[in-house]
Amino acid sequence: MNTLKTWVHRYQLASLVLLTVLLAVVLPLTLDIFRLNLVGKYLTYAFVAVGLVMVWGYGGVLSLGQGVFFGLGGYAMAMFLKLEASDPISTKIQSTPGIPDFMDWNQITELPALWVPFKSLPFSLAAVVVVPSLLAFIVSFAMFKRRVGGVYFAIITQAVALIVTVLIIGQQGYTGGVNGMTDLRTLAGWDTRTDSAKYILYYACVGLLILSILLCRWIQTGKVGTLLLAMRDKEDRVRFSGYDVANFKIFTFCLAAALSGVGGALFSLQVGFMSPSFVGIVPSIEMVIYAAVGGRMSLVGAVYGTLLVNAGKTYFSETFPDLWLFLMAGLFIGVTMAFPLGLAGLWESHIVPWWNRRLAVMRGAPAPGGGPGGPPLGEPAPTAASVAVPANPSTLPRRDPALPDGVSRQGV
Amino acid sequence: MSNTDFALAVEDLTVSFDGFKAIDALTLYIDKNELRVIIGPNGAGKTTLLDLICGKTRASSGSIKFKNQELTGMAEYKRVRLGIGRKFQTPSIYENLSVFQNLEMSYPAGRTVMGALAFKCTDAIKARVQVVADDIGLGDRLATEAGLLSHGEKQWLEIGMLLMQEPELLLLDEPIAGMSARERELTAELLQRICKNRAVIVIEHDMDFVKRIAHKVTVMHQGKILAEGPMEQVQADPKVIDVYLGH
Repeated sequence: MNTLKTWVHRYQLASLVLLTVLLAVVLPLTLDIFRLNLVGKYLTYAFVAVGLVMVWGYGGVLSLGQGVFFGLGGYAMAMFLKLEASDPISTKIQSTPGIPDFMDWNQITELPALWVPFKSLPFSLAAVVVVPSLLAFIVSFAMFKRRVGGVYFAIITQAVALIVTVLIIGQQGYTGGVNGMTDLRTLAGWDTRTDSAKYILYYACVGLLILSILLCRWIQTGKVGTLLLAMRDKEDRVRFSGYDVANFKIFTFCLAAALSGVGGALFSLQVGFMSPSFVGIVPSIEMVIYAAVGGRMSLVGAVYGTLLVNAGKTYFSETFPDLWLFLMAGLFIGVTMAFPLGLAGLWESHIVPWWNRRLAVMRGAPAPGGGPGGPPLGEPAPTAASVAVPANPSTLPRRDPALPDGVSRQGV
Repeated sequence: MSNTDFALAVEDLTVSFDGFKAIDALTLYIDKNELRVIIGPNGAGKTTLLDLICGKTRASSGSIKFKNQELTGMAEYKRVRLGIGRKFQTPSIYENLSVFQNLEMSYPAGRTVMGALAFKCTDAIKARVQVVADDIGLGDRLATEAGLLSHGEKQWLEIGMLLMQEPELLLLDEPIAGMSARERELTAELLQRICKNRAVIVIEHDMDFVKRIAHKVTVMHQGKILAEGPMEQVQADPKVIDVYLGH
């Protein structure tokens, strides 16, 4: 029983189950398929946000180019889908039937060598993970081995995002240019545009997202997670304890890139197209905003942040078409100014203590520091709290609000 | 350069920063199981010397040999894996982690990414952490967040983190800075205990402390060695009195 409790606490299963119930039960029951498909689209961004929690929150390295990896994963998937949609019969009006339509428009008469392997589904699925990881490896190896970090690294990733966008737009015969790859219809003969397919893809997306969070949580609670926190604090101490610091950063960056790639592939599948507008600087920064709003130290928080910002974006843009960008900016600035650790930080520092006080009052335990007049804010009742929920140490008062749940007690 | 029986052989070592020679053709030998104290006025190049040995700074020329292996040009983490431990001047510990985790992270296992992913904190590691924690007087503070320790305790914790690695050469930069008299006492005892099976280089200013712990003293001045020998002999040296002790 006790091992189960530690296990539940270690993987923050309570909040993860809550998220799963919300995504897998509540939303499908309450939303129509159009809205659910939108949520599915947002969840593909959540993969990037989860990766950012690892690389930015834990690794302390801000990347402003995660859209590149999202895009590479998305393009790898879209290339397979596009080839399948471009069979000789449906493209017989082209001057070269059997190649994607945008190639035909750009006077390309045979399938480029780069495209040929993407006829294979296993290859394409592997490419979804491998291609982003490979680029991430090259960039991060070059940077971290030379100890480039901080602002410089952020700028380099911006440059990479810009370069890749320019490349995609410029090579429109090979990539579909600024329009991207549109009109993706089937996956191995299975029509992805039907309602049932959308449900299945949505659930696949939720399942993979939960798995990704568990994977990241496993890494966070293991030695690598502790080392990342140690590195963020005293990089030299880690180096002079016999670790090659760069390797750990490279690993984390590649992990985040691979997750982003999976998200991108799911985007292509669910939305039915992929374009450079998800690759460049602006989408990359937006993805950082998701993680910042949700809380850059919380994997689950990053998912909520993604959903909230995108829901806000949709709602504001539908309701206040002229004002919505300002409202979005307000939301972002407000959250980051007031709660530097995002929604997850707000939850830890205010809602959990508040709830414990309520719980203590309801159970008749005296809350120190005040009766009905209101106990002091942010100062939870230590004894009452630990009596109320002894199984969950995260509800104990914490000294350092900058420490996320589970960090200060890892491995002890 | 020939091979030697010394734990550490520094020969003709020079490092210059924009023409300024912080270390100037310095030669220094440390015996196995020796506790050497380096003293000298500010700017003498003491910390730079330790930086060169552990790899924080790269040498311009010269040789540093540890167990007859050339160190110049070797990556920092490889030097650590060879058995060199470095304590920094200001306590350099992971403030957000517990004392236990600070020591656990310093245990020499799972040092590669894959190794760290597969790393499990075994009973042997826990036992080792407990032994070291007892040794540095933090045996009952394992769960404490390191940032909450007093300044002196942080210094001990960092020494403990080095001991976890069982280094053969320990470089300590001002280990008693900011300590109370009682803490200095305890640190002196600690140093005498831990120098048993290894060579230790200590940089220190406190002369009483130096007298207490040093086997031999090296006086540095302007990147060079001014005098070397037992404390009494060095203290009586007129050159040393002139540049350092007399002031």
